[in-house]
Amino acid sequence: MIRLDFGVHSAYDLKIMPRKVPAPTSPAARLPKCPTGIQGFDEITDGGFPRGRPTLVCGFAGCGKTLLAVEFLVRGATQFDEPGVLMCFEETRAELEANVASLGFDLADLIRRRKLLVDHVRVERSEIHETGEYDLEGLFVRLNHAIDSIGAKRVVLDTIEGLFAALPNEAILRAELRRLFRWLKDKGVTAVITAERGRDQLTRKGLEEYVSDCVILLDHRVNERIATRHLRVVKYRGSLHGTNEFPFLIGDNGISVLPITSLGLNHAVSSERIPSGIPQLDAMLGGQGFFRGGSILLTGTPGTGKTSVAAYFAHASARRHERALFFAFEESPNQVIRNMHSIGLRLEPWVKQGVLRFHAARPTRYGLEMHLATMFKEISAFRPAVVIVDPMTSLLAAGSESEAREMVTRLIDFLKAQQITSLFTSLTHEGSALQQSEIAISSLMDSWLLLQNIESDGERNRGIYVLKSRGMAHSNQIREFVITEQGIDLVDAYIGPGGMLVGAARAAQNAREKAAVVASQQEAMRLRRSLERKHTAVERQIATLRSEYEAEEQEARRAGEQTARRTLVLTSDRAERSRLRLADAKRAVSAPEPTKRGKRKR
Amino acid sequence: MKTKGARRRKSRSSGSPPEFWELRLYVAGQTPRSVTAFANLQQICKGHLKGRYRLQVIDLVAKPQLSKGDQILAIPTLVRKLPEPVRKIIGDLSDTERVLVGLDLRPPPARLTVGDEP
Repeated sequence: MIRLDFGVHSAYDLKIMPRKVPAPTSPAARLPKCPTGIQGFDEITDGGFPRGRPTLVCGFAGCGKTLLAVEFLVRGATQFDEPGVLMCFEETRAELEANVASLGFDLADLIRRRKLLVDHVRVERSEIHETGEYDLEGLFVRLNHAIDSIGAKRVVLDTIEGLFAALPNEAILRAELRRLFRWLKDKGVTAVITAERGRDQLTRKGLEEYVSDCVILLDHRVNERIATRHLRVVKYRGSLHGTNEFPFLIGDNGISVLPITSLGLNHAVSSERIPSGIPQLDAMLGGQGFFRGGSILLTGTPGTGKTSVAAYFAHASARRHERALFFAFEESPNQVIRNMHSIGLRLEPWVKQGVLRFHAARPTRYGLEMHLATMFKEISAFRPAVVIVDPMTSLLAAGSESEAREMVTRLIDFLKAQQITSLFTSLTHEGSALQQSEIAISSLMDSWLLLQNIESDGERNRGIYVLKSRGMAHSNQIREFVITEQGIDLVDAYIGPGGMLVGAARAAQNAREKAAVVASQQEAMRLRRSLERKHTAVERQIATLRSEYEAEEQEARRAGEQTARRTLVLTSDRAERSRLRLADAKRAVSAPEPTKRGKRKR
Repeated sequence: MKTKGARRRKSRSSGSPPEFWELRLYVAGQTPRSVTAFANLQQICKGHLKGRYRLQVIDLVAKPQLSKGDQILAIPTLVRKLPEPVRKIIGDLSDTERVLVGLDLRPPPARLTVGDEP
């Protein structure tokens, strides 16, 4: 009848469940539910306890049965306008008031406003003598009167098993309890009956036989010195419900069952992008950075700069005047601020302005569910746009791996539902199969960046690459990740025939390349100069040749002129001579002849 | 046993010499069991407490608010308010011997030390 498997089912089962069962076509086909108002509980049970039916809440001492029941009544009275009757068999009204005051429940006020009626049933076995047949009509009358006097819709019987100690005749008692539960149903009140957990059965006295509509099991387990409360819906007749064990928490405003978020994967998505704070990294992520509301995983071995990247992201968010919440599980806020200062990142102004908030806690301080609840509370109070968890892996110290995974799933669901971008850092160990160890978490993440140590040539350098990034084109390149006093710089790694070169090797390669460039430049210069020289030489030669030529030309011209003159002279001479020869004959005729002759002679 | 004895001595010494019994019978409507109980009680009172008792019958159906005061669960319940200590005798009072023990009219037989042992 009762399944007692404590296996933690994957959250996935739960998520697909509402899809498996088609939504009821008419409201009448659906089992009416009575919302408890307890955080997360109504999601698990698809609406709360079965309305008008009794529900059994069982568990060992100190696991929160009474608180659950009281919160059911208080929420009913304050949120759903359903007055309630609390009939307690163990604690007195004053004790109860004091016990739940720490959860912020003011029972006295509710009682004054006739929203709640607390009836303490005190039975002392030493006073009672049995003489013959009886029934529990007195209890019925009393309960009926209590219900009618404030018009109660909800009833809690807190540890009705107390009656077994008071009334010796178990046969009568059992028959009467059966009648009581039947009567409660007929009365139409939603009842919660608490009972102590038995050794081999759900309750010590087998009450689960009588209350069979809905059975809730509470549990308080200590695992590796960390106590965690769990809640499980063992049975819920006529309704679908989460079958998992859900961690729950008793905080200062009541019980919260996790997940607080809904069971579905139907959150809105944004296509808005937000920068990572490192421009080169944005360039690797399609040029614009991450999606708003996305979840980012940053894994790396120790000392690869995870916190620095996370701090950059927080810084970038703060600079946009969007609030960032930084959960530090390893360092104190001041230490983070100081360390980031050394790489040129000043976070304290943002903290002062209230756009950046740190929340630091040792992972082992309390259990996972408490961490989760604290984170929920911080997030709800601060309303950040960006949440950073650094490092997520240290939460493993507060629980088992599967629990941590569940927790991160819930956290991511919660953050996504509110469009909060989340960055989780994750520490991996050197040499371990990186991908393998992260499989559990990585599938939940939208983007996954890997920081890696690259060892070569006697030094260690950091490399960064984008392992995956859903919904955007992203670089497949490994970049060298350099942290300097001025901040983070992503350098294109040198990929040569000998593989990837980083650090000094890259620098050496760069130097070699630079030298080669210089050398070739010099060579070119030299060539140019020699060419120039040649040019000058040629020019000079040309000039020489030209001058020679000109000289020769001049010579030639002069020679020509001389020749012409000589010819002229010769001609004139000849003419003279001939004239002279003729003159001998014609001397008397031409008088001026002697001058000409005399001139020529001179 | 010891405490019980002490209590009884105390009640005897402090109470008035002719002891007075104040009894309340709680019933819920005229059920056969209530009627039987009432009849049985009257018989016992007539036989053992003549003139030394006052009996009040309270019908919880008519006055449900009265169930709280005496912490009544079982019906019928006979509450012995006096002499102290308060004692509740539940059932239809058909076992006269045990009713007499409960009313402190007869010392409890050794085998019938009801009450102290769980």
